[in-house]
Amino acid sequence: MQSGKNGIRLTRRQLVAAGAMGGAALAVGCTARGHGSWDFLSDGQALTLAAMCDRIVPADEFPSASEAGVVTYIDRQLARTYRRHRNTYRDGLEQADAMSRNRFGRDLAALPAPQQVEIVGAIEKQDRKFFELVRSHTLEGYYGPPRHGGNRDAVSWRMLGLAEPPVLGRAQYDLRKGPTS
Amino acid sequence: MKRVNAVVVGAGAAGGIVAKELSAAGLSVVLLERGKWYTANDCRKDDLRNQRTTVLGNAFGPEDYGNPRVSVDADGTPHIMLPSEGGYQNNAACVGGGTLSYGAMAWRYMPQDFRMRSTYGAPAGSSLEDWPISYDDLEPYYEKAEYEIGISGDDSGNPFHAPRRRPLPMPPLPPNREFQILEPAAKRLGLHPFPISMARNSVPYNGRGPCMRCRWCVGFACEVDAKNGSQNTVIPVALATGNCELRTECMAREILTDERGRARGVAYYDADGRLQEQPSDIVVVSACAIESARLLLNSKSQLFPNGLGNRHDQVGRNLQGHHYTGAIGFFEFDTYDDVGPGASIAISDYNHGTPGMCGGGLLANEFIRLPIQMVDRMPAGTPRWGLAHKQAMRSFFKRNIVIMGPTQQIPSADARVTLDPTVRDKRGMPVARISGNVHPQTYEIGLVQAQRAEAWLKEAGAASTLINAGRSTTVYAGQHQAGTCRMGNDPQGSVVDRNCQLHDVDNVFVIDSSVHVTNGGFNPALTIMAIAYFASAALVRNWKGTGFRS
Repeated sequence: MQSGKNGIRLTRRQLVAAGAMGGAALAVGCTARGHGSWDFLSDGQALTLAAMCDRIVPADEFPSASEAGVVTYIDRQLARTYRRHRNTYRDGLEQADAMSRNRFGRDLAALPAPQQVEIVGAIEKQDRKFFELVRSHTLEGYYGPPRHGGNRDAVSWRMLGLAEPPVLGRAQYDLRKGPTS
Repeated sequence: MKRVNAVVVGAGAAGGIVAKELSAAGLSVVLLERGKWYTANDCRKDDLRNQRTTVLGNAFGPEDYGNPRVSVDADGTPHIMLPSEGGYQNNAACVGGGTLSYGAMAWRYMPQDFRMRSTYGAPAGSSLEDWPISYDDLEPYYEKAEYEIGISGDDSGNPFHAPRRRPLPMPPLPPNREFQILEPAAKRLGLHPFPISMARNSVPYNGRGPCMRCRWCVGFACEVDAKNGSQNTVIPVALATGNCELRTECMAREILTDERGRARGVAYYDADGRLQEQPSDIVVVSACAIESARLLLNSKSQLFPNGLGNRHDQVGRNLQGHHYTGAIGFFEFDTYDDVGPGASIAISDYNHGTPGMCGGGLLANEFIRLPIQMVDRMPAGTPRWGLAHKQAMRSFFKRNIVIMGPTQQIPSADARVTLDPTVRDKRGMPVARISGNVHPQTYEIGLVQAQRAEAWLKEAGAASTLINAGRSTTVYAGQHQAGTCRMGNDPQGSVVDRNCQLHDVDNVFVIDSSVHVTNGGFNPALTIMAIAYFASAALVRNWKGTGFRS
């Protein structure tokens, strides 16, 4: 399961645990959820999505998309604001794994990084709608506010050199809380 | 329901002022607002849910469910739009309207902006026209708006500004780093840069403190209430008179008329969805350009089969906003200091006087750059994803400047709001259908403005630049929407007279950006406010008990 330097760094168990952690944080402000680790995704779908997200925002000295909670962000939105995109995700993720098995004999999440890049590039050309959704949602999760499950500990804002918490502006309201959507 | 003197529909920039002016003059007023009264605590700074980025929905209404509009593309194909989609052309639906979350630039239009046809002649196919009022008519009301709403700034360095009798009540905020980079560059180019006037406290004013210069400004409600809109200035004053009742989450359905063709009140859906009738002596429509037109068109009766004030098919025409164009420059040094509100410096050199072209607009540095807003604003050739994109975000997030401005649109009678024949909202009311486009000259001068922005950035030391001068296929009115109930002396070519009174019905007024004949090359909020004070003064002056002096 472990792959190269820029590949997926999380094992399946770690990823599922990360999702559950995000869920626990969510449950603090809301009613507890009744099923599984994710609001919408299956564990397998989450792994495939994490692989895609991590090609869009890979790890370097700063965390990758999935390490920053982007899969949690997308999963949460697929259960809420982005319900209308559920079918696109369901089909798109299935196709991604099918393409990956067809070309390299393994699921996307199990491939080394260069082969993942190849598959994601192929999806960009062949299934533009799905790719653009995943790209937009990944960037939203990574660069958006931590309250929605991504950008854990405001890691992308720190990466960009933004003071966190802000120096200017007293931010009397806790930005991690508040209406989620 | 007890009869009142006036029902005002819409508690935004204009409606709040009208409610305050009428109630202070002793009229009983009901102020209807379809949205809620939010505080900053209700809509905390959320980079994904605000007026600029609506991917997770509108922060200030309307909600996506049950409030569609229809946008017709250049091929004539209608598309249903959700309120959080760009093609919907949402402003806001809440107490304060757009002024709760706007950037708060507070411009006076220039004298030429009220005389566009006389200044330039009307390009063939356009509906360019002069206003029936002049800058001089409006000047005292600009001043009143500046003092009652609270404006900071200093336009003494702008030789093009319209004459004013009194300086602004507050000094400008100190310059940010972009101002310091752009000011000498503009001067080297022979331009005349100056700090932007803003409806924002730079010092304590009107019982509230000054701006704390945070990152989240345009598109957000102010956490410390230093941004001045109708919700924290005139509406509280209106309520304090005891003559004004604000009813939130109340959506006007139609203006009711009697058998003699005069308005007798407003039918609206209350917060529980029940249909109510509020009888009144007069009705003031201040619902912003698209919804004001919709309300008039939806107010059909035997005497007014095509809607109120629409005898000559003028309601909804000349829809316009601003054509925003500009450029981004990428620098080899940090340009960003994370000091809000961001927008700081402007030039007015190009508002008029471009040879062979009508109008123009101001150019200013852009407000804010939240990280999510930068993901697609990268130098040419940057990959859209992967490590290179992430590294480009790191390299350029603090090393870019955007200059842009609201180019004046050249109006066209074909750019218009009508009622969609089939689509209805959750209450069963026909929705607004937006079609047509502004005159093509708009896009020509928009490109020239973008090139000027680029030249300024290059002079300031930009290592590379990108121009942004798109061409919209359907009229883009957006948050600066205006023009749908044109003010004029000729009842056949306009909807209201110079006092914002319907030509057709003497006790119905349209007081908001709908009456703008043209929309200037400036953000329109202060002009909307000045018109509201101007029209309210005329209304109060002519008021006689339960009617008007003839």
